[in-house]
Formats: sequence, C-alpha cells, structure tokens
Amino acid sequence: MALSKKTLIHMYETMNRIRLFEQKLQEFFAAGEIPGFVHLYLGEEAVATGACSVLTDADTITSTHRGHGHLLAKGGDLKLMMAEIFGRSTGYCKGKGGSMHIADFDLGILGANGIVGGGGPLAVGAALAARYKKTKDVTVCFFGDGASNQGTTQEALNMASAWKLPLVFVNENNGYGISCPQCKSMAVVDIADRAAAYDMPGVVVDGNDVLAVHEAVTEAVKRARRGEGPSLIECKTYRWRGHFEGDACTYRCVEELEEWMAKDPIPRFEAKLLESKTLTQQEADKIKASIAGEVDEAVAFAKESPMPATSALMDDVYA
Amino acid sequence: MSEKTYLQALNEALKLEMERDENVFILGEDVGQFGGCFGVTQGLYDKFGEARVMDTPITESTIVGAAAGAAAAGLRPVAELMFVDFIGVAMDQLFNQAAKMRFMFGGKATVPMTLRMPQGAGIGAAAQHSQCLESWFMNIPGLKVVIPSTPRDAKGLLISAIRDENPVVFLEHKLLYGVSGEVPDESYTIELGKGEVKREGTDVTIVATSLMVHSALEAAERLKADGIEAEVVDPRCLQPLDKDIIINSVKKTNALVVAHEAVQFSGPGAEIAAMVAEEALDYLDAPIKRVGAPFCPVPFSPPLEQFYIPDADNIVEAVKSIR
Ligand SMILES: Cc1ncc(C[n+]2csc(CCOP(=O)(O)OP(=O)(O)O)c2C)c(N)n1
Repeated sequence: MALSKKTLIHMYETMNRIRLFEQKLQEFFAAGEIPGFVHLYLGEEAVATGACSVLTDADTITSTHRGHGHLLAKGGDLKLMMAEIFGRSTGYCKGKGGSMHIADFDLGILGANGIVGGGGPLAVGAALAARYKKTKDVTVCFFGDGASNQGTTQEALNMASAWKLPLVFVNENNGYGISCPQCKSMAVVDIADRAAAYDMPGVVVDGNDVLAVHEAVTEAVKRARRGEGPSLIECKTYRWRGHFEGDACTYRCVEELEEWMAKDPIPRFEAKLLESKTLTQQEADKIKASIAGEVDEAVAFAKESPMPATSALMDDVYA
Repeated sequence: MSEKTYLQALNEALKLEMERDENVFILGEDVGQFGGCFGVTQGLYDKFGEARVMDTPITESTIVGAAAGAAAAGLRPVAELMFVDFIGVAMDQLFNQAAKMRFMFGGKATVPMTLRMPQGAGIGAAAQHSQCLESWFMNIPGLKVVIPSTPRDAKGLLISAIRDENPVVFLEHKLLYGVSGEVPDESYTIELGKGEVKREGTDVTIVATSLMVHSALEAAERLKADGIEAEVVDPRCLQPLDKDIIINSVKKTNALVVAHEAVQFSGPGAEIAAMVAEEALDYLDAPIKRVGAPFCPVPFSPPLEQFYIPDADNIVEAVKSIR
C-alpha cells in the first residue's frame, strides 16, 4: 500500500489516542466521576481511524452514541471532549451534551447521536448540501449493525442512492445491538448485501485492519467525489466492553471476547509498521507516551474546569 | 401485601397477566434474556419463553406498528420502548395507526395494546434520553395515557392497561423504579381514569403526576410547618382525566398548584388549569400556579440537570406565592 509515512504514523497515533482516551474514561467512570452513559469504542479503533484518514476537514461525518472514536479520528480536541464528558462548562457543548452529543462543526463533525439510526438522514442532508453547493466534499455516516435495521437507515441508503449523493455509509458491525446478537435481529449475514437493494457497491472488510478500512473507504470516497453516488462498507469488528460502562455483559461468552481481543487492531498495525521499518519500537513507545501525556492534560483541563452556571440553562435554545 | 419496588410491581403485573391470558405477550428491544433496559421484564423470558417475550431489532416504528397490528388481529401485546424519547421514530404508527384505527374504520377494529415507556430526567442521560412527553400523547384522541407514581398504582394500572381494549400509553419514571411501597401480592386492577388523593389537606390542592407526586408530598410536609395543609391529588391517568377528583378538591381548598416534570409550556398543567378555570373558577381565591420544567431540552451536566428538574422547593414556592 502506497501510503506516506506521515499518513501511516498519523493513523497509528489516532488509534492509540482513541485507545488511551477511552481507557481513561473507563477508569473515571468506574470511579464515579463521569455522569450519565458512556459507550466505549475499545476494540473498534481501526474503523474510525481508517475511514477518517481518507477525509479532509471539509468532509463531514455523522456519528453515533459510541462516538468518541469517530470524533477523535476526525481531529476532535481531547481537552474539549474530556471536559464535555465530565459535564464542564469548557466542554465542546458547554456541558449540555455529554458523551452522546458532542459536535465540532469546524471539523465537519455533525454530532454524536443518542438516537440509533438518527445519523443516516442527517448524512443525506449533509451530502445533499455538498452537492448543492458544488463542493467536492463527502459525508461519512457511521452506524452500527443494530442501527442498520432502523427504517431511517434504510431510507437514507435509498435516498442517497436514488439521488447519487456523495455519501459513504460505514457500518461498524460489532455483532451486537446491546444484548441482541446480529443473528437474532436480521436474516442476512453480511449487512453489505443490503447495498444491492439500493444498487450501490457493498463491501465487507476486516474492521480490525485499519489499512483494509482505509483502502475500502478510499475507493468509496473517490466514487462519491466523482459524483457516482454512495457506497456501503461493512467493517466486521467487535466491542470489547459491555454496551455501556456498567453493563455486566452476560449475554456473550468470554471465549468470543478473547478471540476478538487477540485480533487487537493496534498491535496488528504496529507489527506491520515495525516490519516495514516505517516505525521503530522506540518511536512507537515515544508516541504512546506522548499521547498518554495528552490524555492526562485533557483530564487535568476537565477537572480544573468549572461546572456550568445554572444561569446558562436557557442559552442556545434558539438562535 | 408486601413491600415492593415500582419495578417489581410492574414485573409482577406483566407476569400475572401473562399467566392469566395467553394472548398477552411482550415485545421490545432487549426485553428477553437481558430483561429490559431498566430490568422491568427480568425473568419473564425464562418463565414464558422466546415466543412470548420477544426481542426485536432496533425498529421502534415496527415495534409499535406490530403491536397495533397484532392487537387488531386478536392478541394483547405489551410493547416496550427503552426510553420515551424513541417514540419520535415511531410516532406515525402510534398516532396515525394505533390511535385512529378504531374510529376510522367505524368501530370495526379494536386495538388492545399497551406501550410501556420510561421517561424523565435525573440520570445524566442528556437531551435525547430524558424527556417527559405525556402532553404529546394526551393530545391524541384514541389513546389512553397512564402515568403511575407508586408501586401499588403501577401494578394495578398496568394490569388494567393490558386488559383495556384501547391502545394505552403507559409512562414510567426512571427515578421511580427503585422506589418501594406496599403492594398487594394478588392481581388487582385500578380503573383507568380514576385519580387518588395521596394526602388530604384543606388549604391548597396540588395536582401532581409521576415523580412530582413524591415532590408534592415532600412539599406538603414542609408547608405543614408553616401551617399550610396541602391536599395532593394524583390523577394517575391523563387520558381519561379524573376531572371530578380535581374539581372536588379545588372546591374544598380554593387554590390550585399543578406540578409535573414535562415542560411547563403547553404541558399537562395547561389542560388541568384550563379545565379548573372553566369549571371551578368561582371556587378559586388565588391564581392557579403551575410548576413544570423550563422551556429547554434536558441538559447533561449534573448541576444544570438538577436545576432543570422541578422539585419540592419549586412546589413550596408556588404554594407560598398564592397562600
Ligand atoms: C431509536 C433508539 N432506539 C433504541 C436506542 C437504545 N440503544 C442505544 S444503543 C443501542 C444499540 C445499538 O446497536 P448498534 O447500532 O449495533 O451499535 P453499537 O452499540 O453496537 O455500537 C440501542 C438499542 C436508542 N438510543 N435509540
């Protein structure tokens, strides 16, 4: 794969950033310092990283309830994210949104979303706006296997294809919608097969291989920029944690988890980089240490930040 | 009679009705082995099996529509949405299909379905998982709207809802699931549309629903110290609404405060206040006061969320402003 060293290292950094950021969240959630729900992306880092590595800041994404990885991969600011998740006034959404509702419109992040299937129609709109304004920007819609069953998702697939919109549907198939295994919620094995119903390309990729994701999304983005319409890319992956932090996760077996943890996307990619001499072990360690430092700074920033004042409650209800 | 939580009471109601009537079945996301998002259907899958406790895909529209269709075809579905906020996805199936089928078809259809949905703020779940939407449902002819505040009411009302021949929207409050109280062990019903006086008083009527019944009772205890005896009336259903219990109480106390967690503007309090103004204005010797949430989405950050949710302080303040 003819990727520049810069791109490869950036991808490596991004995956580690997501990993360390979320491990920190896991810790603080367990310590009772984070309110509400936290849905971790641990184990799925290759999907967001591979997909977003193809995008520019002007390209847009729609995200999900499990959005930290998408946000970080699209360039989201660790401090602002951390502060938001801690409910602080300095956070991305002034403490009003929390983990499930973070957005950064300057970076084309049209928001994490608490409604499963909520992103598809929004992505259609964003892609429509790009075409309307005659930019060459594309939109990536991230959605889960569970979300793929929602009417909104199917409607979005149909409309995007009928209108040949510059949209890439990136399905993160981690096998479960909360406790419900894929086999209980749909008859198809490959969600990508559904693309046929809308006459768009549908491909299955190894969602734990960041380069495979990158490659598939690159093709789809090219197609979208050429004006040839949307694609559906199904990334087979697995979530390591329960659906949310605190989920006892009794509905799946440990063997399955272990099998997937052995396919950890980060060491796999690291091994490739070491082997091709793109990276030395020393450099790798340095990158990780530096990211750990960024994450600690973000936590410090969040903790030092004030909670929002009650006088701010009614701000931003209307423009 | 024994002490049970609101959650256990609901679970018991489901179990008893499923035992009694094989046409009763449950459908929803993660209601099976997982036992439901908040645990209300826990144990029912093991007891009644997959055919009667059905995990669905994430498809609210089809969950509600399938419940309506199955009900019209002779079954008694109890559908669960994890959070009331998700009804937005399914609204057409509820308000254009389930609610109107009987009327539009000239009485040919009967749609005995129950739709259980937890609502309310207080768990840091932010704007898309914390709303109270009862006023949406109250405004839809054809639906019944039940909103229980205590474990005892929850059980009796759910049994009635399941036996009712109409589509019933059954609104639970997340913060009430853990609240306990005395609940009869046997099966019993509470008539839909009959409220209950939760506390007798002479100086002011506080009409409150769901979580706010508890805040109103707390407010009443505090007002007592100031020599104000508040009567707390819980209508328990918003459609049909027990007008008599409200009017009679106002006739006795001559003052009205309405408290609910839904957004105050155009919330259920608007209807109740208008109804009292129309039918008992002469008995009022003070303006009607409403306590409800501010006109904004539910915020995430804990201090903002706490500030957002109406509480006993707000109710005490409202009462004191007129008494
Ligand atoms: C409309 C709607 N229905 C249900 C939910 C509750 N819910 C949140 S996440 C989730 C599972 C989503 O599964 P999937 O799309 O596969 O994403 P994953 O969690 O596996 O990343 C459910 C049912 C919701 N948030 N919104």
